[in-house]
Amino acid sequence: MDLGAINPILLIASIMVSATPILLAAIGEMVVEKSGVLNLGVEGMMITGAVVAFAVAVNTGSPLLGFAAGAVGAAALSLSFGILTQLLMSNQVATGLGLTLVGLGLSSLIGKPYEGVKAPSLPRLDIPVLSDLPVVGRMLFSHDIMVYLSLLLVVAVWAFLKFTRAGLILRAVGESHDSAHALGYKVVRVRLLAILFGGACAGLGGAYLSLVRVPQWTEGITAGAGWIALAIVVFASWRAGRVAVGAYLFGGITVLQLNLQAAGAQVPVALLSASPYVITILVLVIISARGMHGAPASLGRSFHASN
Amino acid sequence: MIKLEKRPQPSRLWTYLAPLLAVVLTMIVGGILFSILGANPVEAIRTIFWDPLFNPQFAGYSRPQLLVKAGPLILIAIGLSIGFRAGIWNIGAEGQYIMGAICGAAAGLALYPSESVLIFPLMIVAGALGGWAWAMIPAVLKTRFGTNEILVSLMLVYVAENILASVSSGLLRNPDGMGFPGSRNFKQWEAGHNAELIANTGMHWGVVFAFIAVIGAYVMLTRHITGFHIRLTGEAPKAARFAGVNPARIVFLCLGLAGALAGLAGLFEVSGPAGQITIDFNSGYGFTAIIVAFLGRLHPVGILLAGLLMALTYIGGELAQLMLGVPGASIQLFQGMLLFFLLGVDVFTNYRIRIGTREVA
Repeated sequence: MDLGAINPILLIASIMVSATPILLAAIGEMVVEKSGVLNLGVEGMMITGAVVAFAVAVNTGSPLLGFAAGAVGAAALSLSFGILTQLLMSNQVATGLGLTLVGLGLSSLIGKPYEGVKAPSLPRLDIPVLSDLPVVGRMLFSHDIMVYLSLLLVVAVWAFLKFTRAGLILRAVGESHDSAHALGYKVVRVRLLAILFGGACAGLGGAYLSLVRVPQWTEGITAGAGWIALAIVVFASWRAGRVAVGAYLFGGITVLQLNLQAAGAQVPVALLSASPYVITILVLVIISARGMHGAPASLGRSFHASN
Repeated sequence: MIKLEKRPQPSRLWTYLAPLLAVVLTMIVGGILFSILGANPVEAIRTIFWDPLFNPQFAGYSRPQLLVKAGPLILIAIGLSIGFRAGIWNIGAEGQYIMGAICGAAAGLALYPSESVLIFPLMIVAGALGGWAWAMIPAVLKTRFGTNEILVSLMLVYVAENILASVSSGLLRNPDGMGFPGSRNFKQWEAGHNAELIANTGMHWGVVFAFIAVIGAYVMLTRHITGFHIRLTGEAPKAARFAGVNPARIVFLCLGLAGALAGLAGLFEVSGPAGQITIDFNSGYGFTAIIVAFLGRLHPVGILLAGLLMALTYIGGELAQLMLGVPGASIQLFQGMLLFFLLGVDVFTNYRIRIGTREVA
């Protein structure tokens, strides 16, 4: 094994790339869960976003249009979850699973003609001065716009939940939908909007996978990334900043195990490939052993305004 | 104005009607989907639901396939439904299925080329234990640390897939296979082969076990105190605790049972229809079984019927792929839609629609 083959500058840079899709999906899901809705369909929305973005980017030649289409497509899919759980009061766990199954089927149906096709690449965003810095410039400031956008989104979500009135209402709905309803807030409307936002974020995450990270369309491209995003929300105790930490930690593990595989580490490949999932489980255990701090009180409960 | 009003009691009529309506809606929307894909919708629906059973040209091959496909689906769904009843969301049946297959196959292959009659029973036990052990991981973590079983059981699917990839090209690889990945073929080794019991029916040991599971689950849920405790835990966890039900015991029981049944399904599949451990012998039954469990209303008899129906969509889907050139993924979407429609229609079981404003009494 040759550890010297691993370049620390490229390592950090690729961690940022590998963390971005999960970060996008996780920050969206955190907002959804903050409003009291548990959407287990992240995987399905992500893969739908991935395929829609890929198809649109290939056909229009514009990756940015692809990202937009991925977000819209996944948000549209999440609307079906919203209608079922919010208007028809279906079980959120079952509906979320259904959403994943539908998304997986839909994506492989749409994606069939695009297998083996190359996507237009997203240009690197050159930031004057910063990108030219030695080491740090290559590491942190030589990425595409989505990497920065995802980090901006984390800050925006944090500020939205902490400082704005709308954020306060969203949290109130998630903590106690009955009280929020009694105060005259539209519980169902707030939740539907949160679900749409979560869908759009998951779609962006998926789009990043198919357009930048891989960049190709293959069936099952997400490979559990949506589920890992769900785990990261729990890991983060429903806090925006910690979601970013979780996503970057996870991105780090993924990249490190890939690098170890490439460097020919004396560890079975299966163990390395499984390590992100195993570590996710371990992290979940550690977090849950400390107790579920910060879970919205109405998480996963259906709301029906009975007169 | 249309309003939903909660029923004091779930409607019995709609409990039975909802799955039927969901199937009809899926056929309609599925038909539209097929016509978008360029196939004649009526022909596509007929090819999926009618031809495998009644078209003389295909029925000879398709009918036995019905039990072959329904067996594992029913076996897994029965286990899952018991957990779902108790509010325990094991969605990692696919992983338990894989581990059952690996453990069962490994136990048998360790004794190759013995022709003892005890080999197959040993494989069955090992398969059940493999699935059970894999399901015990989320069970222990949930009871000991309160870790969410949904995420843990799902993550373990990916771990199991990696183990499968490793053993099929390593530990269990056929030594006479000239280096190709994949284990020895059980079809060529009588002692370990899960053969058809009655020729041309598709009936193998897995189907027998599926029927036993249906009956066992029915008796347990309706006649035995354990079944009552499981239902009580799901419907009123607080009441269950006051009644002295040990929640940890229910978690172990539900996850263990589901794991063992999924493991059995995996073993029967790998030693019968699939024939050998290969990197992709698992075909997603563990996930489809979730749809089967809900479509069957988490009731053993319902699951039996739902399993047969879902098996039909698999076979009919393959047929439609062959005859009409419909993409295989559209069947997966079709199955997902079925679950979606069921969950949507289900609103009528618990709510009634009231049109116009209600007068204040």
